[in-house]
Amino acid sequence: MIPASFDYVRPESVDEALEALTDAGEDAKIIAGGQSLMPLLRMRLAMPDTLIDLDRLDSLRDVRDDGDAIVIGALATHHRVLRDPLVRAHAPLLVRATAKVADPAVRHRGTFGGALAHADPASDLPAVAVALDAELLARSARGERRIPAADFFVDWMTSALEPDELLTGIRVPKPGEGWGVHYEKFHRTAQAWAIVGVACAVRRDDGRVGDARVALTNMGPVPVRCRAVEEALAGGAAIRDAAELAAEGTEPPSDLDGSAEYRTHLAAVLTARALAAAAAV
Amino acid sequence: MPRIRVEVDGSSYEDDVEPRLLLVHYLRDRLGKVGTPVGCDTTNCGACTVLMDGLSVKSCSVLAVQADGREVTTVEGLRAGHPMQRAFHEEHALQCGYCTPGMIMASIDLLRENADPSEDEIRDGLEGNLCRCTGYQNIVRAVRRAATEMRRPASEEVTS
Repeated sequence: MIPASFDYVRPESVDEALEALTDAGEDAKIIAGGQSLMPLLRMRLAMPDTLIDLDRLDSLRDVRDDGDAIVIGALATHHRVLRDPLVRAHAPLLVRATAKVADPAVRHRGTFGGALAHADPASDLPAVAVALDAELLARSARGERRIPAADFFVDWMTSALEPDELLTGIRVPKPGEGWGVHYEKFHRTAQAWAIVGVACAVRRDDGRVGDARVALTNMGPVPVRCRAVEEALAGGAAIRDAAELAAEGTEPPSDLDGSAEYRTHLAAVLTARALAAAAAV
Repeated sequence: MPRIRVEVDGSSYEDDVEPRLLLVHYLRDRLGKVGTPVGCDTTNCGACTVLMDGLSVKSCSVLAVQADGREVTTVEGLRAGHPMQRAFHEEHALQCGYCTPGMIMASIDLLRENADPSEDEIRDGLEGNLCRCTGYQNIVRAVRRAATEMRRPASEEVTS
């Protein structure tokens, strides 16, 4: 399968990229690692007029310390994220989930920013960004803004980025002491999308779970934050009882991998597993 | 049409390519490197795996223009009798052979990161490469064997 023809632009700087985006208009598509986009191009599910390749923007590959947070460049590959000492020290949930993304060859090319901007609810990392209250840094010729992860994912494969905006980095708050994390992914084969996934971070307090942050992959058109589970745990509920609330307010899809009913069941079971693993109980 | 410069298996090439040309088609159709097959064409099977700047990539999911300025190694670029090729031969790690070039390149990448992988680590590291003959047992054995050979100092290598 051969992609449809497109014009190709490879900017050498962020400013050039923003200019290219403005010039090309709505029919442009940005390519970073291309591991989600290339299959869509080849199946002609995506047929952009212009492809803007960010490959030369090395300034967006780094991870830096920003006081109470770390800022991960949008072009940091999954491979890089997995090995970066700052990410390993301050965002262990991201490390756990990234290790579950596809396979090594895909992780060599695919980027953290690309996986978020693609906004596929079956992809693992959007739920992690939501669970960690990450902020997404978007730049355009008009300036820069920070978008909370909870507002970034608007609909199926649709983000809050404007057509002239570029995702430049992801700001992930440092969690502080005492958090345990886990990403539970349920899928048919090694590299398949999650049928359901659960990202969670919990703080153990006197031997029980106090604070918890839980978000679900592929339980609706966007990643879902499980406030009901979090509130139940904060109120002293046992993990198993709190996890029963995981699917509350979700709109899970029905597809070849499973019905909405099956996903609702999975959400509770996997949330209980994820919380128990994170809390090491 | 963009012009790319790429080093493939130790030789330099400079070519004008259509932006939509896939790396795997550039390798096969333009350079004649037909040792790299097209498998699933959907980024799943890993048959087209090559190394780009030393890291494994699925060449059906990279545009030729994205290889500009980079170094690509295909299965044809391995020296004759490479320990990984030999181990695949000796352990009967292929049946139809279609997945073999990708398996070998992904396995070499795996050993670069982990010179002595356990069976589980091999299965994990090769999760992006599918063998439709389901010859995984022997593939895992071959990678274990190649790992042992490649860790051995050159002086001990059997020259037969």
